[in-house]
Amino acid sequence: MFTRMLEQTVQIVSNERDTDSYFRLVMRAPQIAPLIQPGQFAHIHVLPMKDALLRRPFSIFQVEGDTFSILYKTVGKGTEVLSQMRAGEELNVIAPLGHGFTVPKSGGETPLLVAGGYGMAALYLLAQRSPQKGIVFVGGRRRVDILCEKEFRALDWDVRVTTEDGSHGEKGIVTKPFFVELGRKELNRKVFACGPTPMLKAVGGIAKEFDVSAELSMDEHMCCGVGVCLTCVIPVKTGDGWEYQRSCTEGPVFDARKIAWELLK
Amino acid sequence: MNLSIQIGTLKLQNPVMAASGTFGYGVEYARLVDLNQLGAVVVKGIRLEPVSGNPTPRTVEVASGLINAIGLQGPGVDGFIKKYWPFLKGLKVPTIINIWGTTVEEYAEVARRFDALGGVGALELNVSCPNIKEGGAQFGTDVKLLAQVVSACRKVTKLPLITKMSPNVVSIAPYAKAAEDAGSDALAITNSYPAMAIDIETRKPKLANVTGGLTGPCIKPIAVKLVWEAAKAVKIPIIGMGGIQNAADAIEFLMAGATAVAVGTANFYEPQTVLQVIAGIHEFMQRQGIKDVKEITGSVHAGK
Repeated sequence: MFTRMLEQTVQIVSNERDTDSYFRLVMRAPQIAPLIQPGQFAHIHVLPMKDALLRRPFSIFQVEGDTFSILYKTVGKGTEVLSQMRAGEELNVIAPLGHGFTVPKSGGETPLLVAGGYGMAALYLLAQRSPQKGIVFVGGRRRVDILCEKEFRALDWDVRVTTEDGSHGEKGIVTKPFFVELGRKELNRKVFACGPTPMLKAVGGIAKEFDVSAELSMDEHMCCGVGVCLTCVIPVKTGDGWEYQRSCTEGPVFDARKIAWELLK
Repeated sequence: MNLSIQIGTLKLQNPVMAASGTFGYGVEYARLVDLNQLGAVVVKGIRLEPVSGNPTPRTVEVASGLINAIGLQGPGVDGFIKKYWPFLKGLKVPTIINIWGTTVEEYAEVARRFDALGGVGALELNVSCPNIKEGGAQFGTDVKLLAQVVSACRKVTKLPLITKMSPNVVSIAPYAKAAEDAGSDALAITNSYPAMAIDIETRKPKLANVTGGLTGPCIKPIAVKLVWEAAKAVKIPIIGMGGIQNAADAIEFLMAGATAVAVGTANFYEPQTVLQVIAGIHEFMQRQGIKDVKEITGSVHAGK
């Protein structure tokens, strides 16, 4: 019923600016790293932040040896303080958490990934561990919002970039080339996506239109991260209705067809 | 050195519990915390039927605090017994079940069901949740209704009854006395404070429920004062709670008059808090040469 998780104080190996307001943070966590599955997250207590209480959840980006990393954007006080931390400083981490992506079996479906902004980070391990290479559609507002393109190319994946201002790749939104690709109706494909909720809703809708199964990593506001506080719930269809399920525990990855979108704010 | 205390007929190995609503049904934290070290586990509020809770956003962080409006999402009595009781009854420490209803009769029926279950440590009557339209605080802010709920539950069970008091009253003393007179074995003080936060850009409330209940370190001094006032009004033990982050916070509650304490919001960011509080009380007693934790209760030199 439960995946294994650990609470540990870990040391920062590096914390460097990626592009613009995005940062890459690598932590040494020899016991946590081997447990991590694609799509899971780490709940991080930014120890120097005294008046803000809560941990901050981050999708896990890469796992290398005894380290794992996250890719984050400075959006508020927590990430601002985090971005100023240096190698050698400590963070308290609960990880790995959540129900992640289903990694395709060898000879199974071809994965099509759709990422918006830093959603790309949550999809990297899945791409790395998938026996079949696929296509990744990545979108952002500007060139600087397109992250880890190089890493996906290094995995020898087909990377299709869109930017809203046309500064990199195709001009437009990411769901457009994705829609065109699904329209080719090739068999045995599966969709995996991470990004802002409106993008995920559109991806789920397109996948449904072409009758392709889709797993979506939902980006909900979280508090405890371990299933207790019931902050991060989303409405999920059940046999005869719907119920609130926890993004931190039953998710963050949900089957797109099970989400009760009409009830989701 | 003795850390054990007693709530009615219930003996606890130490005075530190995990507060209702912040520790799920125990099982969620079992992978991070040795639950058998706790004084007791208090589970999230349960009424007869399953409850889907409020729309999201349900929580918002504020300076040194958290406002929540979860709306008592829960599995109902049957769902709880099926899904969570098999785990909880296997623990060596008692489970305290937090119960609520929308009518006096429902409180009594839920109390009866848990009495019949066998193996429950105590019942905590939630008459103070600010986030539901019916039930909760409506019973905790009316002395007569409060007495009715407590005595209706008293009639159907011999289990220790703990009344979880609302802070949202002019003076807590008459409410504390009413709960004691109606047969409550202990008081839990306190629940969250009604509160609100606004996003100034969108001019919308930050919670879907508009208002919620404030908890966390920012409420601790007002909760300590409530415990101090209630302790002067009643003879039954008080379980103090509100913003406890460490042993020093817990000891303040004990000195104000609490017999036991509960850790709430801190569980959300540091699941080890309960264990750290227990260790810290032990260390304090050693340092001050205190042999029994009960000596700390009410020991503040307030001169009144």
